[in-house]
Amino acid sequence: MAAVRAARRQRLRGFAFVLPALLWTAAFFLLPFAFMVAMSLWRRVGGRILESWTLENYADFFGRPHFLEGLANSLEITLTVTVISVLFAYPLAWIIAEKVPERWQRAALMLAVLPFWTSYVVRSYAWLLVLAHDGVVNRALLAVGLVEAPLVLASTRTATVIGFVHFFVMLLTLTIYANLRQLSPNYARAAADLGAGPVRIFLHVILPLTLPGVMVGAFLTFVLAIGDYVTPQILGGNNELVLPQIIMLQIGRRADLPSASAMAIVLMAVVTLVYFACARWLRLERA
Amino acid sequence: MRRLADGLALGYVVAVYAFIYLPVAVLVLFSFQESRLPIPPFDGPSLRWYAAVFADRRLTDALANSLLVALLSSALAALLGFLAAYGLARYRLPASGLQRALLTAPLSVSYLIIGLGLLIMFSRLGVPRSLLTVGIGHTVINLPLCFAITYSQMGAHQENVERAARDLGAREWQVMLLVTAPMLLPAILAGFLLSVTFSWDEFIIAFLLSRFDVTLPVEIWSLLRSGLNPRNNAVGSVVFLFSFALVLVMELLLFRRGRRR
Repeated sequence: MAAVRAARRQRLRGFAFVLPALLWTAAFFLLPFAFMVAMSLWRRVGGRILESWTLENYADFFGRPHFLEGLANSLEITLTVTVISVLFAYPLAWIIAEKVPERWQRAALMLAVLPFWTSYVVRSYAWLLVLAHDGVVNRALLAVGLVEAPLVLASTRTATVIGFVHFFVMLLTLTIYANLRQLSPNYARAAADLGAGPVRIFLHVILPLTLPGVMVGAFLTFVLAIGDYVTPQILGGNNELVLPQIIMLQIGRRADLPSASAMAIVLMAVVTLVYFACARWLRLERA
Repeated sequence: MRRLADGLALGYVVAVYAFIYLPVAVLVLFSFQESRLPIPPFDGPSLRWYAAVFADRRLTDALANSLLVALLSSALAALLGFLAAYGLARYRLPASGLQRALLTAPLSVSYLIIGLGLLIMFSRLGVPRSLLTVGIGHTVINLPLCFAITYSQMGAHQENVERAARDLGAREWQVMLLVTAPMLLPAILAGFLLSVTFSWDEFIIAFLLSRFDVTLPVEIWSLLRSGLNPRNNAVGSVVFLFSFALVLVMELLLFRRGRRR
């Protein structure tokens, strides 16, 4: 009896440590989410919010080509960015892990991800400078004679993709490098003993073994890119809007919180679907 | 053959590093521009735009606001995160998996959605938007980080030391404050500094939840409407320098800890 009571007292005491954080998360994460769900089921009519339950905001979203296009733009841009970033980051991570002498690896990695820490508003602005009509890239292309007139780079989808790829190459280099380093060198040695050449070792041993880690990084890229408003707004401008831009338009210009909420929930649903689609690979990593 | 492969690898690394550093280099270089446009040719160096930044009351106010929000919200996140990690690592609690999942859940939701949810809740409850609401939002996004970092560093080694302290008659709060917290200080500090950098750079939550007093990224956002301008370069360089310094401090802390082990 006394032992049971003591155990319960222990549990209560432990719980008291966790409670503040739990309460904080409940009050400022779960509760706002509940508010958002409720809001998405209300309507904004004539400048006021009508508190009667309806699915019309969702019907609106899926009924209007304008909104669906935003979702399609988001998916296209995000997938492009994810694929390109992985293709750029993997070789870099591999070279740092394999070719750079051990004692310089950490410095090389630090150097590769340092601009990761620039504020993202500032980073997008910096790309705008680079890609501007009279910017560095156009000046260089003109000077070399590759183009005859400055390219239109700012306020295009290309600019958005470049801005994103810049950020995610750094992120993915970090995660893929960590993955490559975890790999025991014995796998490659065993394959070499069995007569495999370097290309074959890479394709049949290293790459499959690091794929789960790459998938985790790619998923992270997908989630962060599809939810970002700043990069497409600064670099992509006002054509080919992505979903976060459309959500911000509902909040700002139209003060239509119900439809913004419905769209935010659609966005979350998309991310969740992608998560379940990738879950097979994402889970592999823990095994 | 091998020479060629190494040469290609080197060329690739140089190209990617150039890509990574191009925007930062252009940003910083043209912050020292003399004339009014931050585009080539470079006609500096001049410090006039930095002078303009530090003479602008709204920018220096926003900078102070950003520091205030970053420091306070990160301190709160580090404190709540440490307490939760201590409770979950040292006690056998029911549904501890669920509690961990709840505490780390905000990591998987985009900032825009977290900000929108808080905006709706505060407006329904009649809470005015201010630096306080921004700080609340930043604590929400940083608490999972601080918790996860501290939790991952709570090993059996510290538990033995804690047990020894208890055997020697230390009370629970003494154990936590005088034994566990000092041992975990690197992890707590790492979480705190990481939170400071995230809060310092965070835009969308601060944009949605602030009104009259704004943080630096929000102020920069409104400056960007003026287009390309060396003053924007200067303020961007200052922001970058600050983040860079924080990361350096963090790296040194973690590096030192790594070597000691």
